[in-house]
Amino acid sequence: MTTRREFLKTGVGGALLLNIAACTSQPVGDRRAVVLAALIPVFLEGALPASGEARSELITRTIDGVGKAISGLSLATQKEIEELFDLLSFAPTRIIAAGIWSAWPEATPEAIGKFLESWRHSRFDLLKSGYAALHDLIFGAWYARPDTWAAIDYPGPPKVE
Amino acid sequence: MLDPFREGLASGWKHVDASGLAADQTYEADVVIVGSGAGGGVTAELLAASGLDVIIVEEGPLKTSSDFKMLESEAYPALYQDSASRQTADKAIKILQGRCVGGSTTVNWTSSFRTPPATLQWWQTAHGLKNLSVEAMAPWFAAMEQRLHVGLWPLPPNENNAALARGAAQLGIPVAVIPRNVKMCWNLGYCGLGCPTNAKQSMLLTTIPAALTRGATLISRLRAEKLEFSRNKAVAIEGLALKPDGLRTSGIRVSLRARHFVLSGGGINTPALLMRSRAADPHGHLGKRTFLHPTLVSAALFDKPIRAYAGAPQSVYSDHFLTQAAVDGPLGFKLEVPPLHPVLFSTTLHGWGEAHARLMREFANSQTVLALVRDGFNPESRGGHVRLRDDGSPLLDYPLNDTFWEAARRALLAMAEIQFAGGARWVTPVHEAAVGYQSWAEAKQGIANLPLAPLRCRVVSAHVMGGCAMADAPERGVVSDEGRHFQIENLSIHDGSLFPTSIGANPQLSIYGLVARNASLLAAALAGKPRPAIP
Repeated sequence: MTTRREFLKTGVGGALLLNIAACTSQPVGDRRAVVLAALIPVFLEGALPASGEARSELITRTIDGVGKAISGLSLATQKEIEELFDLLSFAPTRIIAAGIWSAWPEATPEAIGKFLESWRHSRFDLLKSGYAALHDLIFGAWYARPDTWAAIDYPGPPKVE
Repeated sequence: MLDPFREGLASGWKHVDASGLAADQTYEADVVIVGSGAGGGVTAELLAASGLDVIIVEEGPLKTSSDFKMLESEAYPALYQDSASRQTADKAIKILQGRCVGGSTTVNWTSSFRTPPATLQWWQTAHGLKNLSVEAMAPWFAAMEQRLHVGLWPLPPNENNAALARGAAQLGIPVAVIPRNVKMCWNLGYCGLGCPTNAKQSMLLTTIPAALTRGATLISRLRAEKLEFSRNKAVAIEGLALKPDGLRTSGIRVSLRARHFVLSGGGINTPALLMRSRAADPHGHLGKRTFLHPTLVSAALFDKPIRAYAGAPQSVYSDHFLTQAAVDGPLGFKLEVPPLHPVLFSTTLHGWGEAHARLMREFANSQTVLALVRDGFNPESRGGHVRLRDDGSPLLDYPLNDTFWEAARRALLAMAEIQFAGGARWVTPVHEAAVGYQSWAEAKQGIANLPLAPLRCRVVSAHVMGGCAMADAPERGVVSDEGRHFQIENLSIHDGSLFPTSIGANPQLSIYGLVARNASLLAAALAGKPRPAIP
């Protein structure tokens, strides 16, 4: 709730649009998955294999990992995260706030990279914190998985008997 | 591997997991303690030792050494507030705080410092806490050091700590060895995910078992929602049972009645409980002046393996930059290092895509230094304040002002210089606009021009202090130096929220020592016999 009000103060969006954004019929998990499927390959460039079957499988696992991480957050934080994904899912707010003109599956990595940098260095705290939330959720979900550790030369926890 | 807590449960300790309750309950005891961390644990042991009937309430789950698998994916959601993602209202500061039986003592990195003399002297002169002299407090710290096996870490530091020591020595900056509360420590490096070998002398392994052995009752996954008052006395706490997910309430209510109540929920949750209860606060101090030791992070790459995930996480520190000015002058900072694990490091590190992946590929060669800024002494360093969301959950506002950023820049410079002197080939402040530097000369110029602002420069905290400050009179604080509430006669506060400023050191031993003193006084008063000896 605060998120929306504060967002209004930034002058970027409008209350009406944001309320509509939250009222689409698609389940929240599906809306989120569409956005994440586009963002994950950009955040994880250099960590994800560049092509092949493993790539899409790993993207799916990371989407699931983000979902699991969100479900462990306090209810108040979960609500804020849901609002962030509502904002990114709904076409009008996606265009206004993220500058992504095409639907997520068609958005180019260049356009997504530009969006990430625009939020990361935005003059609005809300957009900066939105970028930070995406950053933490995606990297957290990726590096929580033991199959990502060999690439960073991390042996995992020692054996304790 | 033994699990002494599970053995205790098997021998008949009283533990109720409130998420398993099927009907509303009422419990009655001499004393109800809310929270099972440093304050609640010490209080429970000393009150139980005086023969008092004690109930300990914990919102988090009971997890014991057999549950501790050294995996971030399991430990953060199970053991930390908000899955280790608790943040200030503007999201500019991430706060690591425990939420499990044992509280933050279950997940801290074991650094055990007495309250620095400069801090106690400031409390005596600026906050009127005349009784809390270095001499008067020394026996309490000594007793708790003995109780919790605090001693200087005897093994060589791991490379992460050694790099701090080496760089500082090159520059003539004094460092010292950190005292740790461990016994037969395996030197694994996973303290932050729960100690799997029962070496860490946390509340989970020491005071809470002692209280349970003497007949105390532990109720986990129960949220203390509200205190009920009758005139100037507390009569009950209304508890809401959580579901097994630990997040949602189940609808089951637990009423806790007692002669005396002790709040030990820590520096955010204790003031929030009092605010939800609309407790008397005639002078408006409740939830104000909350301090965090807001902490800056400097990451470096070395040519050789650092393996910051292995070995005692914190064994070297420097107080050099705490002593460069008067305690209430430009803010000083303490230097330490953090352990690095993949989730903690990758989420802290700025950037995305190939730039981030490149740094992560050098994870094993990464070394990181922390500067913990001492807040609450300079008149411009007023900390934050706790407020409530619409759902009653707490939110901390902590504005980062110019006085802080001036110290932050000095800290980022000092850390980079030490890292280069210690052999780093590349150093970056953790900051969204920092690109990293190849030499100290380059870093010196770059950091001098870095725009320092919230959500640009990474600021983290693992120490929440203040919000129910001790004072010499009701006009100046919430409780007396004995932790007794000024308006509510049968209510005490025994946790980090007591502190009128930050500590200027990792706070666990400060809480242990002060609470040992105050719980002993309380035990004597309630039991009507001499103060119990600390075991």
